[in-house]
Amino acid sequence: MIFHKIIRNIVIIYSKNIIIYNLMTKFGNNIIIIRKFVIINVDINLYQFMQQANQLNSSQQHIFSHLTQAPPDQIFGIMNAYKADTSDKKIDLGVGAYRTDEEKPYVFDVVKKIEQEIINDNTLNKEYLPIEGLPDFNKGCQMLLFGKDNPLIESGRIVTAQCLGGTGALRVGFDFVKRHLVGDVYVSNPTWSNHNQILDRTGLNQVNYPYYDPNTKGFNCSATLDCLSQAKQGSIVLLHVCAHNPTGVDPTETEWLQIADVCKARNLIPFFDCAYQGFASGCIEKDAFAVRKFAELGFQMIVAYSFSKNMGLYNERVGALHIVTPNKEISAIVLSNLKIVIRTLYSCPPAIGGRIASRILCNEKYFKEWIEELNTVTGRIIRMRTLLKNELDKLNVQGNWDHITKQTGFFTFTGLTPEQCDKLTQEHHIYLLRSGRMSMAGITSKNVSQLAEAIKIVVQNECDILLNN
Amino acid sequence: MQKLQLLQNQFNPTSDDIFFHIVQAPPDPIFGIANAYKADTSSTKIDLGVGAYRTDEEKPYVFEIIKKLEKEIVNDPTLNKEYLPIEGLADFNKGCQKLMFGQNSPLIASGQIVTAQCLGGTGALRVGFEFVKRHIPGDVYVSKPTWSNHNQVIERAGLNQFEYPYFEPKTKGFNCAGTIECLSQARMGSIVLLHVCAHNPTGVDPTEAEWLQIADVCKKRRLVPFFDCAYQGFASGCIEKDVFAVRKFAELGFQMIVAQSFSKNMGLYNERVGAIHIVTSNKDISARVLSNLKIVIRTICSNPPAIGARIAAKILTDEKNFNAWVEELKTVTGRIIKMRTLLKQELDNLKVPGNWDHITRQTGFFTFTGLTPEQCDLLTKQYHVYLLRSGRMSMAGITSKNVRYLAESIKAVVQNK
Repeated sequence: MIFHKIIRNIVIIYSKNIIIYNLMTKFGNNIIIIRKFVIINVDINLYQFMQQANQLNSSQQHIFSHLTQAPPDQIFGIMNAYKADTSDKKIDLGVGAYRTDEEKPYVFDVVKKIEQEIINDNTLNKEYLPIEGLPDFNKGCQMLLFGKDNPLIESGRIVTAQCLGGTGALRVGFDFVKRHLVGDVYVSNPTWSNHNQILDRTGLNQVNYPYYDPNTKGFNCSATLDCLSQAKQGSIVLLHVCAHNPTGVDPTETEWLQIADVCKARNLIPFFDCAYQGFASGCIEKDAFAVRKFAELGFQMIVAYSFSKNMGLYNERVGALHIVTPNKEISAIVLSNLKIVIRTLYSCPPAIGGRIASRILCNEKYFKEWIEELNTVTGRIIRMRTLLKNELDKLNVQGNWDHITKQTGFFTFTGLTPEQCDKLTQEHHIYLLRSGRMSMAGITSKNVSQLAEAIKIVVQNECDILLNN
Repeated sequence: MQKLQLLQNQFNPTSDDIFFHIVQAPPDPIFGIANAYKADTSSTKIDLGVGAYRTDEEKPYVFEIIKKLEKEIVNDPTLNKEYLPIEGLADFNKGCQKLMFGQNSPLIASGQIVTAQCLGGTGALRVGFEFVKRHIPGDVYVSKPTWSNHNQVIERAGLNQFEYPYFEPKTKGFNCAGTIECLSQARMGSIVLLHVCAHNPTGVDPTEAEWLQIADVCKKRRLVPFFDCAYQGFASGCIEKDVFAVRKFAELGFQMIVAQSFSKNMGLYNERVGAIHIVTSNKDISARVLSNLKIVIRTICSNPPAIGARIAAKILTDEKNFNAWVEELKTVTGRIIKMRTLLKQELDNLKVPGNWDHITRQTGFFTFTGLTPEQCDLLTKQYHVYLLRSGRMSMAGITSKNVRYLAESIKAVVQNK
């Protein structure tokens, strides 16, 4: 065979682990594949090298042609599917955003009030915030999470920066970890899907610890402790402060002490994610127990905090990152480096959300109003849990549904299989995650019986199938 | 070696030491100067540091149209706080495309532009470079000099950078020959970071003919243009003219990336409003690019903040609002241009040694004065005039009241050899 010329090297990437490399040429009018290379277990550097090789060999016209379609975000994907569904019976139990009993999004009244104040405040302008955000906001966040009179605050041992919601705080925190600390990051199995992605993008290694026990539908304490006690010294442990996402199960206070013990013993660095303060027990102090206890025990640690849910500020992207250090000299050093992490991501945070939150946190009257509204919101979710359990009991739905009321926060890990979830969605227009995670905030007094009936049907089908086999 | 050090410190038995090895990082060159200015108690202090517009009364300025639209938005009962899509508001994105590429650009209709709302210019740059690192990695060529944060962002995104000799100190102009030569030796597939107009910090831009030469070398070496557009409207005073480079490259069929900021030209600084555009060859590729871009964004901030983009969208998609905005922008850019003329006149009046033509020749927010770091230090310490040590001076901080004092101070430090 005479090879005229190599016209194109095409790298077809099936997944990060397998690359099939086709060396093609033109023979007469035909294009033939003369060599096929299969490379398995490709690491990310080789993947990128291949992409670059592909880029160099193709004309400018094809610089993006090697990209493959990335899967839609698990959670936003479901939201979009729900939006596109034209059925009038559809129920949205996908994304963790609060809905009223009329299935409407909810803006806190105190937030609306403060927003008006801010808009009409002529002393405010649009000048860049400091890189680390509004000082009032940062101070208020510290007091809310660590406690108003926590000595750590006075002693300057908490470095705080205003961030872009929970995700923003996690990314800033993990970029800081990647740059300045060494270690694997231990994440709960399961955890919020975006945790794994963020860790992957910051280039950190992740290891699972077996958090959830499907048999008890509760927290697997012994297995978690066992796993962490074998972690390499200096590893980072990602812990959910309360209302674990997606399972809704949290360690008890005693179990938190056991976790603290193993962290001390192995010099593990706690990295807390707090997105639901107020939603677990209904009490903001109680919900912060783990962070306050670990702080009291002298840990240096990192905490990512979100106001998306508990102030309903979702789209204004309001959150904070806290780093607890041994003293204020080290705090200054840590802050100087944290600022570069932020400066190179987006320079400085958006103002309005931070201003609103700051006024709530620093003004006693607004704070009380906020707490009252928050209690209404969390109260409704807790009521929906009870309602759903009652309905499931009334209908004699197969299985034990105690976990519906035992679990806390926005979500319930129902225990439904992916196939059952698919059926719920495709046949009953009920949208939830395939992991079985259901957002209780989307349940209302009007749709709860419909939901219970649909659950009965999909669970029943499974049982019938089992019985008939 | 550093990693080994980190490991040793982290594995120290006392938990007290996990941050012990971290070294104080230098303050940001630009924010650092803003802070120093704030702390200065002198009554003659002048802030020519950060590129934020000031009125002739030295006050920050919020566009009237912005104030009006903000009130509309906050009083709109149909709006809520639900998460925006990962890629931001659709209206905003469409409006950005039109402003950048032209109302009737065929690229918009053909779906060749992938756009995502980002956190100001910095946010767009970081998203763009993270995307580059992940999907089209290569060396990045940056102008020498460039905005200080460019180098940092590129470094944090894990990309290699090289400099092309952009500024010619002798002429205080654009070094076209040097730039072309450097880029013609770049590895194929490299990325070139280009300032669309009102180059920061030098204020000198390529002419239209020079842009065509740059386009040529990019075609030859298959370089990927990555445009940074933070000052549309500030260079010539005309928003269409200022984006000549982007529109020309688009017309020439380039696939490229554009980072767009509304911090300055809409005065939306602290609401973090910007966009990233990726120009592809067709809408099928666009869909794949968008799906990957969304993961980059999802893992940085999940989705962008709402209010800034809502305001910008109302400006970009409503003719009346748009016209009102363009008029206010002309006032703002007009004042800066007036200050250039005024400063030059004062320097001429005082017969300050040296050639100061570049003050009026350069465009945008900044002038690269040509002052040495030592002269800048003196200006700051003795005369309380704050600027960057590179000699970059923000013209937006000059006023009819402080321009004479500024000229006198410059005269003093220049003669202080």
